[in-house]
Amino acid sequence: MQVALFITCFNDTLFPQVGMATVRLIERLGHTVQFRSAQTCCGQMHVNTGYQREAVPLVRRFVQIFHDAEVVVAPSASCIGLIRDYYGHIAALADDTALAREIAILQPRVLELTEFLTRMGVTDVGAYFPHRVTYHPTCHSLRVLRLGDAPLRLLHAVRGIEVVALPDAEQCCGFGGTFAVKNADTSMAMLGDKLRAVRDTRAEVVVAADTSCLMQIGGALQRQRAGVRTMHLAEVLAHTEDRQ
Amino acid sequence: MKPQSVLIELQPKFERNAPAALANTQLRRNMGKATQTIRAKRAAVVDEMPDWEQLRTAGRQIKEHTLYHLDTYLLQLEAAVQRAGGHVHWAADAAAANAIVTGLVQAHGAREVIKVKSLTTDEIKLNAALAEAGISAIETDLAELIIQLAGEHSSHILVPAIHKNRAEIRELFMRTLGIAEISDEPTALAAAARSYLRAKFLSVPVAISGGNFAVAATGAICVVESEGNGRMCLTLPEVLISVVGIEKLVPTWQDLEVFLQLLPRSSTGERMNPYTSIWTGVTPGDGPQAFHLVLLDNGRTNVLADEIGRQTLHCIRCSACLNICPVYERTGGHAYGSVYPGPIGAILTPQLVGVEHARSLPYASSLCGACYDVCPVQINIPEVLIHMRGEVVRQHQDTGGLAAALEPEALAMQLLSQVFGSQATYEMAQRLAQLGQGPLVRDGTISWLPGLLGGWTAMRDLSAVPQQTFRQWWRERDA
Repeated sequence: MQVALFITCFNDTLFPQVGMATVRLIERLGHTVQFRSAQTCCGQMHVNTGYQREAVPLVRRFVQIFHDAEVVVAPSASCIGLIRDYYGHIAALADDTALAREIAILQPRVLELTEFLTRMGVTDVGAYFPHRVTYHPTCHSLRVLRLGDAPLRLLHAVRGIEVVALPDAEQCCGFGGTFAVKNADTSMAMLGDKLRAVRDTRAEVVVAADTSCLMQIGGALQRQRAGVRTMHLAEVLAHTEDRQ
Repeated sequence: MKPQSVLIELQPKFERNAPAALANTQLRRNMGKATQTIRAKRAAVVDEMPDWEQLRTAGRQIKEHTLYHLDTYLLQLEAAVQRAGGHVHWAADAAAANAIVTGLVQAHGAREVIKVKSLTTDEIKLNAALAEAGISAIETDLAELIIQLAGEHSSHILVPAIHKNRAEIRELFMRTLGIAEISDEPTALAAAARSYLRAKFLSVPVAISGGNFAVAATGAICVVESEGNGRMCLTLPEVLISVVGIEKLVPTWQDLEVFLQLLPRSSTGERMNPYTSIWTGVTPGDGPQAFHLVLLDNGRTNVLADEIGRQTLHCIRCSACLNICPVYERTGGHAYGSVYPGPIGAILTPQLVGVEHARSLPYASSLCGACYDVCPVQINIPEVLIHMRGEVVRQHQDTGGLAAALEPEALAMQLLSQVFGSQATYEMAQRLAQLGQGPLVRDGTISWLPGLLGGWTAMRDLSAVPQQTFRQWWRERDA
């Protein structure tokens, strides 16, 4: 399959290793990855902060770049959630029925990485990762994309791994995009409880399907010198015995 | 004139109110314990319902249908109530409703009224309006009474005193009810309230209630409660006045079946609430002999006009969204500065009063979506929150002039929209980030950021922007 990677501006700029891992993983499973370099940002920050008029050109741009892709895959539940649930609203705001139609045609072919793997019928991706990990189901993977236990099934199939359950896993980490800055105190109060849950697991690595939430959790773990690191699901799944 | 009455403080600023609430350890413990307990109870009684999702869908559909034909159903309700011997009054806003109720109480020569717990009368600040006319309103719901005695505002739509524990309530009763010594056992506290209230039930001639549901076809009004004090108010006095929002209608008696299953399980986590009172007009020789229904708009028709926002009017005030909300659990209800706190308040309040009067409330959420999952009538709260944020920004841009355009956030968002507008500007910005971060980076880490971004580094480190972006790596690999 020809997979058009939507890397997301966040991963492209701040967490390139997540993109590299996603490429390695998808290629290892026998697919071809293409990277359309005109891509920039899906508009999530603008839409969620209320700057929705400003998101219109970004939505148009995304559709223009990816409209003829066989499948678009992104290692980000929140960006895919935005494309799926809000692109239609933005087209309506722009009063552009042609755009709305193009969005509706493209949407079913835009998948989050776990969704793509599930669609391909893969559970064991041939990964090896001999570490104690815990999985944080991000709000967008859990309640917007409804990934359910698909990410955990992928993790359990990894050789050498020890997966420990995260207490109160379904509680939000407190990131919420610009919420973490606008309501920094409330965000920190939520994060504090998430950190306690993470540390109670005695895990070495926290895994999730959104780098943004991992930046929130990981940023605080690092500040605490907690000895726990964060990794995107793609990074764990990309690990093999020959390539670590 | 917008219905400002919904607000407890003018222009509530959630982000400014929250830090004090977050620092109150007693509040944090009370709220955490209460919300976690009620969440678990709700989850248990919802899990045992095999058709819960179908019930939710039915609840949403009945509300959608009713609101679509609201004009018809309101007139049906009016005719049915009048047929049954009741009187119907129409109130466009809080001031009109308060004037109607005050006039009715005065016409009956009463100086005191007893009240069934009612958010709608809180919304219009009825007690204060009555007090101005020399009429004292006595709250009979235990938690409302606690709030009234403490001179505070409710912090939860179902459990107004959720922010207080029983030790605090014991002290309050000893101070305000003239009780010498009392234990902090719930039964003792309830008994103290009962002896105070029983005398009122038997002597006060006028009662005021809200209504959970109003059946258009028959004119029946329904109040759902736990204590039985509401039932006392609805049956003992000579006169009953019910103030009901126009969105509380259901078309037929049979529709109640759906909501009477959804509401108690979602709100108190009970299979069925202890007292469900339903009455139709006046019955000679039984119960109040005069019944007045005050139908309140107070901004609701504005909500109805908004295609995305109108689902907010489906709300049956169960409070499941408050109990599940990670923000509400930590800040409590007062930080929202509105009669309606929590996720539902964050979308309802700005719509009722106008977004320009409650700009911070749609942002009082991490958009985690837990509220949507538990809502018994499937209100997509995150969707409405995002829509309201758009309204806040658009209203500000359209009326704020140059000053609004020059605010740091607005400038940053405009700039980023330009940056993301082309590959060239985007890649240039990436290079600038790699180069410009220099002074902030120490050992590959950023631990301090200026201005608006300082909230981030208060608790979290930030990894430095890597010197190779993904696209640079891809190009090298491709070459």
